[in-house]
Amino acid sequence: MALFRFKQKEQTPKIKLVNLHKAFGRKKVLNGLNLEIYPGESLVIIGGSGTGKSVTLKCILGLLSPDSGYIEIDGRRLDQLSSSDRAEAIGQIGMLFQSGALFDSLSVWENVAFSLLQNKKIKKDEARKIAVSKLAQVGLGRDVASVYPADLSGGMKKRVGLARAIATDPSVIFFDEPTTGLDPIMSDVINELIVSTVKNLGATALTITHDMNSARKIADRIAMLYEGKIIWIGTVKELDKTKNPYVRQFVAGSAQGPIKTEIKANQ
Amino acid sequence: MHFLKQKLEWRFVNKLGRVVLNFFKATGELGLFTIETVYHCVTPPFYGKAFLRQLVEIGFYSLPVVALTTLFSGMVIALQTYSGFSSISAEGAVAMVVLISVTRELAPVMAGLMVAGRIGAAMAAEIGTMRVTEQIDALSTLSTNPYKYLIAPRIIAGIVMLPVLVLIGDIIGICGGYMIGVSKLDFNATTYLMNTWEYLKPMDIISGLVKASVFGFIITLMGCYNGFHSQGGAQGVGQATTNAVVSASILILIFNYILTEIFFTI
Repeated sequence: MALFRFKQKEQTPKIKLVNLHKAFGRKKVLNGLNLEIYPGESLVIIGGSGTGKSVTLKCILGLLSPDSGYIEIDGRRLDQLSSSDRAEAIGQIGMLFQSGALFDSLSVWENVAFSLLQNKKIKKDEARKIAVSKLAQVGLGRDVASVYPADLSGGMKKRVGLARAIATDPSVIFFDEPTTGLDPIMSDVINELIVSTVKNLGATALTITHDMNSARKIADRIAMLYEGKIIWIGTVKELDKTKNPYVRQFVAGSAQGPIKTEIKANQ
Repeated sequence: MHFLKQKLEWRFVNKLGRVVLNFFKATGELGLFTIETVYHCVTPPFYGKAFLRQLVEIGFYSLPVVALTTLFSGMVIALQTYSGFSSISAEGAVAMVVLISVTRELAPVMAGLMVAGRIGAAMAAEIGTMRVTEQIDALSTLSTNPYKYLIAPRIIAGIVMLPVLVLIGDIIGICGGYMIGVSKLDFNATTYLMNTWEYLKPMDIISGLVKASVFGFIITLMGCYNGFHSQGGAQGVGQATTNAVVSASILILIFNYILTEIFFTI
């Protein structure tokens, strides 16, 4: 572990969030968020609903603009880059959405090959071959390629979403609640797929989840987000030993603890 | 009693202020959306396949409804004009009135309203569903600008296809008037056609086609804008669909007046 940390200090973070603030009206969602994600590591952000997990991902992806603070990718501040350089920096990120977010009007293979067809201008036949091979990587057969997303189960949609996220071999992959809505067995299948895919690609992974089983399986490090800030960060082993009452309550899934007390106080 | 009255007055002022502020906010947002849309319509990359799909969707599939409405509008105008003009022995003007009303007003306005109901609603529902199911966010993460991929092809297709629909509607509407004039009102077929030809002015056709282009822009813009900004699941998408049709229909009627004023009084 000491070696792992020493290695981190030497490296430029793949993604760095510095003093990020974001509010919607009067509601402060991010309140001075600082986080560093190193190349090749898999970091999982845990936290309750409405603590700003999804907003963090959306800020990095450029879907939302932070009110203050900045984001670095490969040591370059996104807000100081030209729009084309910023698009290039964000373009190296693949994303698996919570609902899959597959395009209804396109078949499965067209969904997977979307970026290859639209942006990389790869020929249709070649794009289809790549899509089929990516589908195979996530355990889906050739027969699935021609069907439409409406005909797929929840687990299959997640797999297709994962195949689409890795279609362009991204160096960073984001996973938004990858196991939400899935049965325990399918959750484990998706977790294993995420681990193997990230390992095979050598990618950096950032996952947000409520699911502690998933977090333990996927993570090199886990960070807990609470009231728009990272209040704890450490490895899976450290998670079990921490005395931080917020983390302990969240991991235990207990109704008793500081998180509930504050909900009561707000009410 | 006085306190209660004062409280009610404040509540009214509060609500009125909120409505006014929301109106200006929505107008500002629509203005920014329009500017961004126009920018993306004229700058590459262009998605040809998406554009062709929209041409078919807006043009081909709207043709039956536009044909039917303009046909019956032309027939009604012929009947009404005859019943009014026969009392002052001016039946000869029926062909001219049908021609002018169809080309200048009926075909563009009827086609605009019909397409607003069909296409504007469909666009708002489709884009709204894409918004609430994160498909628009997914487009962005796949290095594809949603304005260029979703909005621009629809807007350009609307501007191009509405005039085509209206031109076809002009012909069908005039044919409707001709059918009633010859079969029911006992006009001589040749005389009716000659009257129509004699009063046919390029400006009448052109003004109708320009109106159609503007209406095409309005319909697709309102469909895309309301869909793009829909929130809150199925209810939000339903609201966006209603807003798209209502706002497009009202704007069509307002801009019809403004364009008529520009073309025929200046």
